[in-house]
Amino acid sequence: MIWPIDLAILTLVVIASIGALMVKDLLGAAILFGSYSFMMCLLWSIMGAVDVAFTEASVGAGVSTVFFVAAVFRTSRRTKD
Amino acid sequence: MRIIGLIIVVVTGALLIYAATDFPAWSDPASPASTYLSPYYIEKTMEETSVPNIVTAVLADYRGFDTMFETTVIFSAGVVCFFLLRIPRREEPEIRYYRHVLTGVTIQLKEGYKIPPSADFERIDAVWTPPDLIIKTGCRILIPFIQLFGLYVIAHGHHSPGGGFQGGVILGASIILLAISHDLRTAVRRMSEKLIAILCAVGVSIYAGTGALCLLLKQNFLDYSALAGVLHVDPITARSHGILMVEIGVGIAVLATMIWIYNNISSAGRYRQGL
Amino acid sequence: MTDLISTVVAKYNYWIYITLMMIGLYAMIAKNNLVKKIVGMNIFQTAIILFYVSIGVKKGATIPILEHAHGHEHHVVHAVDYINPLPHVLMLTAIVVGVATLGVALALAIRIYNNYNTLEEDEILAQIREK
Repeated sequence: MIWPIDLAILTLVVIASIGALMVKDLLGAAILFGSYSFMMCLLWSIMGAVDVAFTEASVGAGVSTVFFVAAVFRTSRRTKD
Repeated sequence: MRIIGLIIVVVTGALLIYAATDFPAWSDPASPASTYLSPYYIEKTMEETSVPNIVTAVLADYRGFDTMFETTVIFSAGVVCFFLLRIPRREEPEIRYYRHVLTGVTIQLKEGYKIPPSADFERIDAVWTPPDLIIKTGCRILIPFIQLFGLYVIAHGHHSPGGGFQGGVILGASIILLAISHDLRTAVRRMSEKLIAILCAVGVSIYAGTGALCLLLKQNFLDYSALAGVLHVDPITARSHGILMVEIGVGIAVLATMIWIYNNISSAGRYRQGL
Repeated sequence: MTDLISTVVAKYNYWIYITLMMIGLYAMIAKNNLVKKIVGMNIFQTAIILFYVSIGVKKGATIPILEHAHGHEHHVVHAVDYINPLPHVLMLTAIVVGVATLGVALALAIRIYNNYNTLEEDEILAQIREK
């Protein structure tokens, strides 16, 4: 449990989550969500939760991002929000 | 709506921060969460189940009922996606696009006419990009190794981080990689829709079937020490083998559900073209 | 006053987890686009999982996989050497249920787009009121 790494990755996580919600391009939001998921996985492996980190890496940063990109491909890509 | 949202968020955040001042300090070994039930699990797992990975043992043996219903939830999510999106084929006549390989001319055939498979014409999707040789060949070489790694993760869940879920998702991701790098049609030809739906149900019934087998052998539901008679080992090793059997069931169910949900979402139910 | 400062600094991780949860909650309520609402729902879910997993950490302990398991016989295991495995088990279930919910939510969004031809919430409400 090394607290400088922890604090740095937590800051990056907050920045990625705010970024995923503010971009106007839905494909960019999906990719930023994938990076948010990956940094969560890093955070959990620092805390020692290796099973949870493995699951989040395969499910969140893998399959979940592919579902988002497939759904954005089938609907529209731009948003005014 | 934004102002209401802001007020709700600020009030809830203030309440949570006020409650967080009472929490124990971080990484304290004497916090109430670490002294109530988990010392029993940590100390007794090796004697009772002979599985070194404590998380797998608790997930599949001590809390096995929970995991069975979680597998059912994932199966029902796949079924819901299928019911929401799938359009039967007979509703609209199919328009096929063919491309002459040598000259690059594209032909559109309406009302379900088709050209028999030949070397001159290849079938393409409505949104078509020229296939990239590097991506196709690279993914073709990589997919068997990904599947081997997924099988290793399922089988080695007793001694290293892993288990049924992680291995099942990796196996499903290998077929999704096939569907992305080649066509959706190629992946559906490899693993047809009917096979995926049957595999999904087979995974859940392997899990419930193991529990019912323990019930038929005069023990409690999902009490794996009943398998000691069937497998001819002592009850502690029988629990380890029971955990392996249910992990295989969970892996099969998760693999089939990931492929099923991806097929339905990326083709919006029509199964004509994917990403 | 120094007591308050030391409390604030010692529990910095809880403040950041609460911030993440509130970002996800605000996105679910106030955003107009349906896909952004779904992203907010997933941020909320992973922030809660982060909070639970952080409860199980112990100072100076190792990951919850028993060492020297099959070698020596009757090696005494102290619970203080391994971090708490119980939150990990519960959160594994939570992550998998989260991805199942994500699949269903995206299928619903595609159906709504097929019907109304837009994903913005105010335009959908206006089309419903016209009918």
